[in-house]
Amino acid sequence: MAIPATRVLTQAYDASESDLDIQVIGYQWRWEYRYLRQDTLEEEVSFFSSLSTSREQINNQLPKEESYLLEVDNPLVIPINKKVRFLVTSNDVIHAWWVPDFAVKKDAIPGFINEIWAIVEEPGIYRGQCAELCGIEHGFMPIVVHAVPQDEYDAWYAGRQEQAVAAQAMSNSSITRDEAMTQGATVYNRTCVACHQATGTGLPPAFPALAGSSVVNGDLTANIELLLNGVPGTAMAAYARQLSPVELASTLTYIRNSFGNSTGDLVQPADVNAILEAQ
Amino acid sequence: MSAAHDDHHHGPAKGISRWLFTTNHKDIGSLYLWFSFAMFLLGGTFAMVIRAELFQPGLQLVEPNFFNQMTTMHGLIMVFGAVMPAFVGLANWMIPMMIGAPDMALPRMNNWSFWILPFAFAMLSSTLLMEGGAPNFGWTFYAPLSTTYAPASVTFFIFAVHIMGASSIMGSINIIATILNMRAPGMTLMKMPLFVWTWLITAYLLIAVMPVLAGVVTMMLFDIHFGTSFFNAAGGGDPVLFQHVFWFFGHPEVYIMILPAFGVVSAIIPTFARKRLFGYDSMVYATASIAFLSFIVWAHHMFTVGMPIAGELFFMYATMLIAVPTGVKVFNWVATMFRGSMTFETPMLFAIAFVVLFTMGGFTGLMLAITPADFQYHDTYFVVAHFHYVLVPGAVFSIMAATYYWLPKWTGYMYDERLGKLHFWLSFIGVNVLFFPQHFLGLAGMPRRIPDYALQFADFNWISSVGGFLFGASQLILLFVVIKCVKGGKKATAQVWEGAQGLEWTVESPAPYHTFTTPPDPKLIHAQ
Repeated sequence: MAIPATRVLTQAYDASESDLDIQVIGYQWRWEYRYLRQDTLEEEVSFFSSLSTSREQINNQLPKEESYLLEVDNPLVIPINKKVRFLVTSNDVIHAWWVPDFAVKKDAIPGFINEIWAIVEEPGIYRGQCAELCGIEHGFMPIVVHAVPQDEYDAWYAGRQEQAVAAQAMSNSSITRDEAMTQGATVYNRTCVACHQATGTGLPPAFPALAGSSVVNGDLTANIELLLNGVPGTAMAAYARQLSPVELASTLTYIRNSFGNSTGDLVQPADVNAILEAQ
Repeated sequence: MSAAHDDHHHGPAKGISRWLFTTNHKDIGSLYLWFSFAMFLLGGTFAMVIRAELFQPGLQLVEPNFFNQMTTMHGLIMVFGAVMPAFVGLANWMIPMMIGAPDMALPRMNNWSFWILPFAFAMLSSTLLMEGGAPNFGWTFYAPLSTTYAPASVTFFIFAVHIMGASSIMGSINIIATILNMRAPGMTLMKMPLFVWTWLITAYLLIAVMPVLAGVVTMMLFDIHFGTSFFNAAGGGDPVLFQHVFWFFGHPEVYIMILPAFGVVSAIIPTFARKRLFGYDSMVYATASIAFLSFIVWAHHMFTVGMPIAGELFFMYATMLIAVPTGVKVFNWVATMFRGSMTFETPMLFAIAFVVLFTMGGFTGLMLAITPADFQYHDTYFVVAHFHYVLVPGAVFSIMAATYYWLPKWTGYMYDERLGKLHFWLSFIGVNVLFFPQHFLGLAGMPRRIPDYALQFADFNWISSVGGFLFGASQLILLFVVIKCVKGGKKATAQVWEGAQGLEWTVESPAPYHTFTTPPDPKLIHAQ
């Protein structure tokens, strides 16, 4: 029993000579994927991947669809028949990146980078979940991997690079109040709702209420800075990287004008960018 | 016996002070056993909440945060409140009577080691009512989820763990002192009943690892309140260090919960097979080997943290070795039953179920030991099924077996055999319906500690929940049987069971308040 196990383990530990390197970063409660350049290991394309199942399905208000809890907004895309190396780490608590079909599971630990690898032969959609208790939404941070032929992968990758450029250009456009409230609600329900709750009442004291909060109803600059940088030593994460300036601005507009808060502010991406640049 | 004569001037005190101030090993044993049963019901209630939420996909009954509090509190209460105090209670009752001692060596410390426990668990349970809720980071409380990201109640949890640790250490010192100093003349070490042997070794394990647990929670306390960074990567700390220290406690801890169970089963099987225990010496050495190995396998709980390959291989090989002494034990139990004149009273049924189902838990343990396969099983329901198979039909069944086995000695009356058998069969069916499907859930890819799951896991989850409700409800029968037996019934003889051997069966039933105030006749002490 020990001999074949040793042989397999030795192979599983050899992550050298990979064709593609992807950094996998766990957040409470979503994954970030960063595609790294082969030569310099610099980041080229990166995005966050969050659960896309609606709250109504989870709360039994809508029928559950086939890929309930195993679907995300931005799946990871990898080419088939290539040795893909995953560099797994975490931004906050310990998570574990697990795709059963790849037979890889590795803990994502803050301050450590763990290596795993996979060669996927069959094109298709592969699903997995976080496998280490990481807080309230541990059951709601799935992993979806699309394995596609190389040419399809190349086309997708080029599209992603263009999107990044376009998003950069978008980040200084101005938005209307209606747009901001709609997009802000979407982002809030995907990103903030687990801790601060649908009604903005939070789960104090660990997760403070936004309704009637002195920060949310107070100085806008302080509120933007808190959202960008998080609150060290608490569960409040820094969202400067996780959300785009447009998303950050609309979320701020949304929380400052919902749950009984009525500052009347309309926050523009430019306001967020100004503070981002000043830092 | 002289013990009966002593009763006239050394009876128990009256009223509440009998229990508050008692230094009598039998009273303290009873207190431990009742306390652990209360905790068993409390932890069981939490488990019922978990199984009810998991009955169907979607969130029906509880919020994810409360679900996490339930899994955490269920684990902590069952490990530290139900299983460990139950074995200490059995040790208190039986060890002095088995070795012919008049009482425990340190009776006042015995009182204290029990009476701090209710306070520890009252404090731990009160966190459920606090703002922000109870601990929600799992009973293994991995940092930094349990430090930087924990609810405020974590400090109460830490203090409660300190008190439980102090209680366990005092209990262990007492047991070691009793066994080493107070054996009756003629009771040599290799003539001691195996229950005494397994507890002697367990007590050393407790003294070795409880301070490690106290250390790791103290490091958490410093990280939370005094600005240190033991487990905070941003401050130069190491989250993996937490897991190493925790599991250096945690792995011996799981053997603390099973070694006394081996002792119980090794007492019951010879009685109802009406044969001497097969391979007594090898049982003692196997127990000692398991205890030694328990210190060098801790990192098999952490195969996915990214250890160097040399570490993974070492812990894999060491873990596989444990199958050898455990196999010796299972072989000896089966060999004891082989060609015995067996009867199947309730304690024997529980003991046989223990041997069969614990062995199944052992086999899944061996599957988990294979590192590359463990990558797939780790942190899934397969692990949940594995450790519940060794803890519920393992440790908990042995405690129930012990209760039925010694209940006539404690109360002086026979329990209701029909209700006992009913309790056994409902528990046996319930526990298998509850945990067996969880193997399949894990292999199909369902992670642990999730309040909601994808649709392909729905069928096995409802089956498991139905088994859970059956198992949970049938424990009320045990409560009823015990109360009925305390109140009266058919009078028990001194020997109670036809095949029972050992000093505890030489005193009348119920055992007098003081036993062996003069040492027993050495001729009564036989080799095992």
